[in-house]
Amino acid sequence: MSDTTQIEEPLVKIRGLTFRRGSRAIFDGIDIDIQRGKVTAIMGPSGTGKTTLLKLIGGQLRPDAGTIHVDGQDIHALNTRELYKLRMRMGMLFQSGALLTDISVFENVAYPIREHTDLPESMIRKLLLLKLEAVGLRGARDLMPSELSGGMARRVALARAMVLDPMMIMYDEPFTGQDPISMGVLVKLIRKLNDASRLSSIIVSHDVQETAQIADQIYVISNGRVIESGSPERIMNSELEWTDQFVHGHADGPVPFHYPAADLDEDLLSGSRMESSC
Amino acid sequence: MLEQLARLGRVGITFLKHLGRANLLLFNILSGVGEVLRRPRLLIAQIYSVGVLSVLIISVSGTFVGMVLGLQGYYILSQFGAEQTLGVMVSASLVRELGPVVAALLFAGRAGSALTAEIGLMKATEQLSGLEMMAVNPIRRVLTPRFFAGFISMPLLAALFGALGVLGGYFVGVGLLGVDDGAYWSQMQSKIDLNKDIYNGVIKSLVFGVVCSWIALFQGYDAVPTSEGVSRSTTRTVVHSSLAVLGLDFVLTALMFGE
Repeated sequence: MSDTTQIEEPLVKIRGLTFRRGSRAIFDGIDIDIQRGKVTAIMGPSGTGKTTLLKLIGGQLRPDAGTIHVDGQDIHALNTRELYKLRMRMGMLFQSGALLTDISVFENVAYPIREHTDLPESMIRKLLLLKLEAVGLRGARDLMPSELSGGMARRVALARAMVLDPMMIMYDEPFTGQDPISMGVLVKLIRKLNDASRLSSIIVSHDVQETAQIADQIYVISNGRVIESGSPERIMNSELEWTDQFVHGHADGPVPFHYPAADLDEDLLSGSRMESSC
Repeated sequence: MLEQLARLGRVGITFLKHLGRANLLLFNILSGVGEVLRRPRLLIAQIYSVGVLSVLIISVSGTFVGMVLGLQGYYILSQFGAEQTLGVMVSASLVRELGPVVAALLFAGRAGSALTAEIGLMKATEQLSGLEMMAVNPIRRVLTPRFFAGFISMPLLAALFGALGVLGGYFVGVGLLGVDDGAYWSQMQSKIDLNKDIYNGVIKSLVFGVVCSWIALFQGYDAVPTSEGVSRSTTRTVVHSSLAVLGLDFVLTALMFGE
């Protein structure tokens, strides 16, 4: 019985998470579960704090209230040593790739291994060639980050994120700014790697179609709250007005097209009055 | 009136917050000294980047400053028939003041600004966050080696500046203006004191090395992660370092040479 409970325990359990920047609440008491072995997507428009959520899960930011448990450990109660130990089991793919610009692709991917293990050079080489092969960039190992396209940089960053065989990978806007081919490659890679390496994946994105293709569970967030959660089918066919606008990209709806402003006629007339008074 | 007082208070609080963050950063940098000892290659790479790559500008500047000192010194001293003491004047000026101070100003302009831009861009491109998420402490891994590289390089650069300045003064004074060769060196040898002049100059350059590296790294680490933010931080590095060097030079000189 206890074994079953252990298996069903989510890998990441967020409860009552509140995070503010100044007086603005980015998150206002949200609850999210990231299930083991699944691809979970966190979606919402730009500026809703999706990247902030990943930083909170990774322990780079501290919440104002609430808890985040990763693999049973309260991440914000850990000391630095324990936090770094846990981070060795977490990979993160940054929006920009975050590759170290002064070393080659090979050295970038090798970086975590050299930092945290004493593996011999021959073994590091074999391991790295396998990881680079998995993302299709074995032939690009001697290139510098400045010589890579955006899509290639993210695939290198992906190889680096999974080089220590983590239990989970967090993807920050992995599809943003990608051409259709790179996007297709990334979509397939994320799903394939998740299943083949028995990972748990968290994708933060506002690319609805691509994310829905590979996600098992989607959380839609806005205004600091979880608006809706469920399977991709449920989210895509949601009857909630807000979710419908976001998923189908309607210009106007609960999220207004116009930034709050005075009445247009009044605004135009006040301009004419100013001109005549001059 | 009240508003101005409040504004002054805000400026004071902001300054103290900055100072607090800078001190905390320095503490974290210093606590990473073990990392530098464990991986000396990190330090050597940074000594090359911060120190060796500054050698050219330091050498050229030192030589020209020495030549100007030789020229100016000769015209003044010759009015009193004391041109044979040119060597003392040139070397004392360089060892006590110009060597540490001008080398530090040049260091802040070349290496300090480069350090700020590099760290600021690493922050803007999420490289520092990336290191954190790879369970690597970016302060110890990136900032500490750069700090100690500045600390070690600064006195060496100041010494190089001083040595080439003395040679520049020799070239102008002895080579072009006819000051006696023996007098130039012997006066210098008899009047320049190891403790009072050389050691104090080294202490000054060590202090300037700490301050310039600290300011440069703090400005980079604290930069707003945008192109404008990094640009502002780089400018602040040069301005703050220059002012700190000049201010500290006065304080140190007063402590070292005051009665």
